[in-house]
Amino acid sequence: MKDIALHLLDIVQNSIAAGADRIVISLKVPERSGKLLVVIDDNGRGMDPEFLKKVTDPFTTSRTTREVGMGIPLMKQSAEMAGGELSLVSEPSKGTRLNASFMIDHIDRIPLGDIPETVRLLIQANPNISWIIHFSSPNNEFILDTDEVKRQLDGVPIDDRYVLEWIQNTINNGVQAVFGGVLDEVS
Amino acid sequence: MKSVEELKAIREKALKEISIRENEDKTRIVVGMATCGIAAGARPVMNAFIEELEKRNIRNVTVSMTGCIGICRLEPVAEVIEANGQKTTYVKLDAEKARRIVAEHIVNQKPVTEFTIGAAER
Repeated sequence: MKDIALHLLDIVQNSIAAGADRIVISLKVPERSGKLLVVIDDNGRGMDPEFLKKVTDPFTTSRTTREVGMGIPLMKQSAEMAGGELSLVSEPSKGTRLNASFMIDHIDRIPLGDIPETVRLLIQANPNISWIIHFSSPNNEFILDTDEVKRQLDGVPIDDRYVLEWIQNTINNGVQAVFGGVLDEVS
Repeated sequence: MKSVEELKAIREKALKEISIRENEDKTRIVVGMATCGIAAGARPVMNAFIEELEKRNIRNVTVSMTGCIGICRLEPVAEVIEANGQKTTYVKLDAEKARRIVAEHIVNQKPVTEFTIGAAER
């Protein structure tokens, strides 16, 4: 995967497959950490400890666990290449949280990629899920909660094209406001 | 959340079009969005389908995602499922091919045979 947005698009499919109806995507640059943290939190069916151990290792993930496959190992590799790490916390019937970190200035860190387009496509394809998109850095903070958007829309579907266009633009503004000057790829 | 006013204006705009869309037969375009598909470039393909449909003001077609359908070597893959249940599987797609599928299959109702799995596997 050539950027973080593509990893997000991929990993979130696991949350959807696990039956989650609430998914939080969080991108954070804590003050003076030099790190970009990516957190995906869902309320899907979760994994037991035995399965959890397997999903981060591509070589013990057998063909019978195909539904998990290469998505998590690839993201783990991207994180570790950039001096970061990836971990998963999960509890059956409660949900799963994935934490990945990337050293911002590491020469092998993949760029953020097109987060606004990715989130728009995810919402468009899964309008019934409650999405919370959260960005934070020492500069600024941004939150988009689709339940709040739905309340404002009062019956107009969230996957209406004008609404989706607004969501994409709003998230784009959020990326600029929060990560502009913090991540090199965001001007 | 900021720009609530903006959202209200968008709601009004959207409401004007909603009544026209109901009760129409829906064709579905389903794009494979598993690890294999994404790595092969499924996201720009999905986006091209959406953009082309919007550009042509086509409202009775939905675009959605699915997992791996088992032909990873032929990704990006998309299926066009018509209202009558007829399914066409397109393989090795890119944004340009997606636009042609909208123009020829969706608009002119002529499937683009050369992009189908049947043609790829011959």
